[in-house]
Amino acid sequence: MTSSAVAAQVRRASLQRTGVDVRSAVFQGLLALCLLFSLTVLVVLLVDVLLRGLPVFAARGADFLTSEVVSQPDRAGVVQGIQGSVLVVLIVAVTAIPIGLMTAIYLEEYAPDNRLTRFISVNIRNLAGVPSIVYGLLGLALFVGTFRGLGIGTGGNGRIVLAGGLTMATLVLPIMIITASEALRAVPNAIREAGYGVGASKWQVTRKLVLPSAVPGILTGVVLSLSRALGETAPLILAGAVLGSYSSGDKDFVEQLFGAYTALPMVIFGWTKESAPEFRELAAAGIIVLLAVTLLANAVAVYFRNRFERSW
Amino acid sequence: MMTTATPPSPAAETSPKRHMDIRIETRSRTGDEPATRPAPVIQMEDVSCWYGDFRAIRDISLDIRTNAITALIGPSGCGKSTLLRAINRMNDLVPGARLTGKVLYHGEDLYGPRVDAVEVRRRIGMVFQKPNPFPKSIYDNVAFGPRVNGVRGDMDELVESSLRRAALWDEVKDKLKQSGMALSGGQQQRLCIARAIAVEPDVILMDEPCSALDPRATLQIEELMIELKENYTIIIVTHNMQQAARASEETVFLTMGEERAGFMVEKGPTSEIFTNPKNQLTEDYVSGRFG
Amino acid sequence: MAQASMSVSPSSGAPDLRGSVGRRRSEAVIRGIFFIAASVSIVISAAIILSLIFEAATFLRLIDLDQLREIGWFPRRGLFDIGTVLMGSLIVTVIAMVIATPVGLGSAIYLSEYATPRTRRIIKPILEILAGIPSIVLGYFALTVINPRIVTQIFSGADHFNLMAAGLAVGVLIIPLIASVSEDAMRAVPRSLREASYGLGARRITTSVRVVFPAAISGIVAALILGISRAIGETMVVAIAAGGTGGSLFTLDPLGPGQTVTAAMASLATGSDQVRGASAAFPSLFFLGLLLFVITLGLNLVGDVFVRRTRQRY
Repeated sequence: MTSSAVAAQVRRASLQRTGVDVRSAVFQGLLALCLLFSLTVLVVLLVDVLLRGLPVFAARGADFLTSEVVSQPDRAGVVQGIQGSVLVVLIVAVTAIPIGLMTAIYLEEYAPDNRLTRFISVNIRNLAGVPSIVYGLLGLALFVGTFRGLGIGTGGNGRIVLAGGLTMATLVLPIMIITASEALRAVPNAIREAGYGVGASKWQVTRKLVLPSAVPGILTGVVLSLSRALGETAPLILAGAVLGSYSSGDKDFVEQLFGAYTALPMVIFGWTKESAPEFRELAAAGIIVLLAVTLLANAVAVYFRNRFERSW
Repeated sequence: MMTTATPPSPAAETSPKRHMDIRIETRSRTGDEPATRPAPVIQMEDVSCWYGDFRAIRDISLDIRTNAITALIGPSGCGKSTLLRAINRMNDLVPGARLTGKVLYHGEDLYGPRVDAVEVRRRIGMVFQKPNPFPKSIYDNVAFGPRVNGVRGDMDELVESSLRRAALWDEVKDKLKQSGMALSGGQQQRLCIARAIAVEPDVILMDEPCSALDPRATLQIEELMIELKENYTIIIVTHNMQQAARASEETVFLTMGEERAGFMVEKGPTSEIFTNPKNQLTEDYVSGRFG
Repeated sequence: MAQASMSVSPSSGAPDLRGSVGRRRSEAVIRGIFFIAASVSIVISAAIILSLIFEAATFLRLIDLDQLREIGWFPRRGLFDIGTVLMGSLIVTVIAMVIATPVGLGSAIYLSEYATPRTRRIIKPILEILAGIPSIVLGYFALTVINPRIVTQIFSGADHFNLMAAGLAVGVLIIPLIASVSEDAMRAVPRSLREASYGLGARRITTSVRVVFPAAISGIVAALILGISRAIGETMVVAIAAGGTGGSLFTLDPLGPGQTVTAAMASLATGSDQVRGASAAFPSLFFLGLLLFVITLGLNLVGDVFVRRTRQRY
């Protein structure tokens, strides 16, 4: 064997990994387990909820969706919860969404780089980290308090759906601002410069060039905000939503609007507090309704974001 | 030849034959007959630009000749782009940017108290380093400027004539609805020129318009610039000294001092700057000894 | 020169550069509207702080300060032991972090260092879906699955409601947050650092643990701090699974029922006898709220400092 052939063999041997690298394999396996953990929790959670909740739908069908929150488990339903949640989401959609978008536009496109602007952005980041139940206290003190002062609500107690909706709007506002700001920031500056270069004003650049490019990201923010408004429970506990059974009777829409209200997650919460097993099934059925809507919304948000990432 | 079957239109008259005339005329005119020259479009007096505490350019005074191409050359970081952007108040958009001194446009102070920066940018157009068409159709790219400026009238004709003057019409006339971003780099840059022309400015600023383009597309843009100077005053920032030598009549050489603030070393007819510069710094730069 | 009239401005006289007055005015109005919108967030913050401080002060005026150190938290009996609810929150948070730290960081390392773009595209939505699940659903999950199937199987003495089950569910809840913030930090580590490591013959495990992880440590610390803050503020899971309705004695036992700051608030607000008037129970709600607000704000501010430190470095 010539010396060069020996050298070649040595080189080959060192390039071929001898045996399995146990440490690497174990490490990678552990990392994969971490992700598997989340996946498992998700699957078990969904299966558990479906196994418990689907029989309710099988036995009662749409009746569950159209019945009131009464104390007999075989007749109880979620209709007031759905009505309340729809109203809460609507109130958020007409308040927090536009104000959040306008704030994002101000901060990203208009605001000068000064102390006030920095203060506003730091403040928004901090608001996003405030626990949701604290927003409930704000809702209790500010909105329920104001409506009570005005004598609105059942017996003038101020506990109306508008109080709940506005409370949720304050909670969702920072989320909307942050996601919309990110969407605006992702629009390349070259587009803005090109617009200014042909004599467009700031608003023209914003409306005709920046906003259209940021639409997918903004829609992601809208979907996330609204699904958060739908799923949050803690603020509503304080902002006067009814916990437990109650009857809307034959009150008309306006009377309901200025009377007692509840929301889907509040109805579910009420049922989890009951000890009879039938209520666990009702809660699971309610969760199916809640998850169907929130997961659908999140899937839409993920879809928007993936499209968004690809476009630049 | 460029035009094969284009319908006759006012803009079409500028095609092939005119081009030749312009180019011949250009070459013969370089550098002499200063007496008949019209008043400068842009005059700068002691202009300094600051970004916060950092002074990017200092005390620049210069006149820009009407209907000519002026090249701004110099090492990177010497403030060429800052100087260019001072002319259409593009620097206003940078937080913390400010300017001292005067920039006059037809004798009017561009930084005067009653001047609207938006109006300034309509009259002094800009073409950027990287082609930046809007994510819109070719047609809408060109029509955007006139629309935001409230121009009424035949938009189709305006789009066509702008594209013709940017020497792009024949390549895109059958696909005006397609996205401007689907064009090649050189075509995109000519689209950006058409977009600038469409709002009828009289000065066009070009910030290294060919730096992202291949040599063939670069030559096309240079030819186009030479055609355009018939009707427009063009100021171009370039890194490419051959480009400055080929295309411009006037050259301004900037460099920077110890504290990194750019200043003007010399300005003059391009042929003189490149063959017989007055200043040693200029000579070192144009002969490739630094920069 | 047929073209000239189209393109060149009138050369005689100074050009009018004032622009359209109408446009300038409407621009100013639009800017004003946006500024007003932006100031709403400041008004909200001020309203939160003012209402918390005002009502918390009322509470402190109504009670003896001795009432804050008692044998337990029973607001309707005038026992407001802050230690009880703080300890409850601490126990839940520690349990949550014990679960969420390894799982969240492991997921982040996998996503940042091991996953191909394609697997990432498949795996990432799992965490996003988990993040999108309302906390009330996880509370229910703690009650129907985590406690009977896991906690009581392992610890025979566990109560029907206990802090352990609540803590585990809160842990699941904050996994996506920890994973996404720390993944962002790891992905922000420059490719050149990794290449330098691989260039020295390091394996992926060595590069991940010895190079990327230390380089991203600020962001990882931030992720953990934000996770803690989120765990302390979580309400529904604890309100459903931890028991302690109405009140709780001071306890260190994670297997028994207990009361956290947030659960105490929820229970005060949902109690059938929402005591009002002279009783200090109702304003104690705001006192707890202020406590919670100050703790989470402090944690978030510290977390923010760490997040910014990563951003500055690269």
